[in-house]
Amino acid sequence: MRSISLRILASVAALTAIGSLSAMAEDLPELVINEDIEMVTRTKAPAHLENLDEIRSGWTFRTKETQAFQMDDFDNPGMIFVDQALDTWETVDGAAGKSCATCHEGPESMTGLRATLPKWNEDAGEVWTMEMYINDCRENRMQADAWGWKSQPMLNMNALISLQSRGMPVDVKIDGPAQSAWEKGKEMYYTRYGQLELSCANCHEQNYDNYIRADHLSQGQINGFPVYRLKQANLITAHNRFKGCIRDTRAETFSEGSPEFVALELYVGSRGNGLSVEAPSVRN
Amino acid sequence: MRNGNLRTGVATLAAVSLSAALFGTAMAAEIAPKQVVYDEGKVSESLTGVPGNVEAGEKVMITRGQGNCIACHAVTALEKTPFHGEVGPTLDGAGERWTEAELRGIVANSKMTFEESMMPSFYKVDGYIRPGNAFTGKAAKTAELPPLLTAQQIEDVVAYLLTLKE
Repeated sequence: MRSISLRILASVAALTAIGSLSAMAEDLPELVINEDIEMVTRTKAPAHLENLDEIRSGWTFRTKETQAFQMDDFDNPGMIFVDQALDTWETVDGAAGKSCATCHEGPESMTGLRATLPKWNEDAGEVWTMEMYINDCRENRMQADAWGWKSQPMLNMNALISLQSRGMPVDVKIDGPAQSAWEKGKEMYYTRYGQLELSCANCHEQNYDNYIRADHLSQGQINGFPVYRLKQANLITAHNRFKGCIRDTRAETFSEGSPEFVALELYVGSRGNGLSVEAPSVRN
Repeated sequence: MRNGNLRTGVATLAAVSLSAALFGTAMAAEIAPKQVVYDEGKVSESLTGVPGNVEAGEKVMITRGQGNCIACHAVTALEKTPFHGEVGPTLDGAGERWTEAELRGIVANSKMTFEESMMPSFYKVDGYIRPGNAFTGKAAKTAELPPLLTAQQIEDVVAYLLTLKE
């Protein structure tokens, strides 16, 4: 008798579980790119993130129309810039007579890099972002001019290299020599800047999923960067967005490439550990 | 008793006329941001001495670049203006929940009432981290910033909020 009841209970529990799972699947759209690459857009927050249980890609906060742009590479306007970067990859530039391909062969040799950036660079003795790695190659190996952080070739190359890691989980290291930059970035995240006295956390940790006027607040994850932003009709970097957000608090902002923003990128990047690299994602 | 009140009234009137005469304008009566007295968050004295204008207050409530209060607070009475936020509580019934002094204190500097509040302080000029020159992203040009709202705009918003009864 007892074992029968237990078995019934177990099946009821199983049915309930199935019921709630299918309800979840209906409520939450899933990001599958080109009907092939399954992306993790929601997952358990990394252990170091004490104030959130779940982390969510910015994709989950966007409208169906914006989401659709990212579901097929033919619809993703960011891919035009990736194509441009493919040409650049093969193009010799600088006094050393080299192209990216001379040393690295195809861009697929860069697989996995974006998932770990920014990261500590032992030789340089500091945390490096994608832009810093690219310019190091240009200046020292190619003997070519460095690209500006906001320049189109830099944005494009960042997107091409990032794309090689698409679908891989973000895995930004926060300990070891990177720890002091990480702590600095964390402090910035919780600092209430400007005349409006707003921190990143005010909007993106305490109020994500709420509307602020017409804007649907996301968690401010940067796993999709560089992003194709519809508003700007171009690729943009995380630093560009950081700058815009801090400006909007009526503060004196920091510049792209500043040590402050490198630290903030490291910290914010690590808040997305476990989400898929989505670059180049599409946002509004 | 009645006479006494009348006499006090006359004396106040005389004092007001005297200061108006001394300073030439009604601005003389305005309380500057750093002179506002908060009593557990409440500000009992009008910042201007001029009664708030409900219609002007409504405009401040809905206008980006002014109070833009509906960016964070939903207000049923303002539903003809689109896109109300969800960051703060609805202001429906605010005129019943709070007194005039409490509302003035919250609008002027909400952090005096709610520690850690995300709400900007609308009548404050310094004490900021990396204060900017409005929305340019550049550094502020002066040590003290103009407050986000003028004293009269604060009074107008308070007058508007007092009309919100459920």
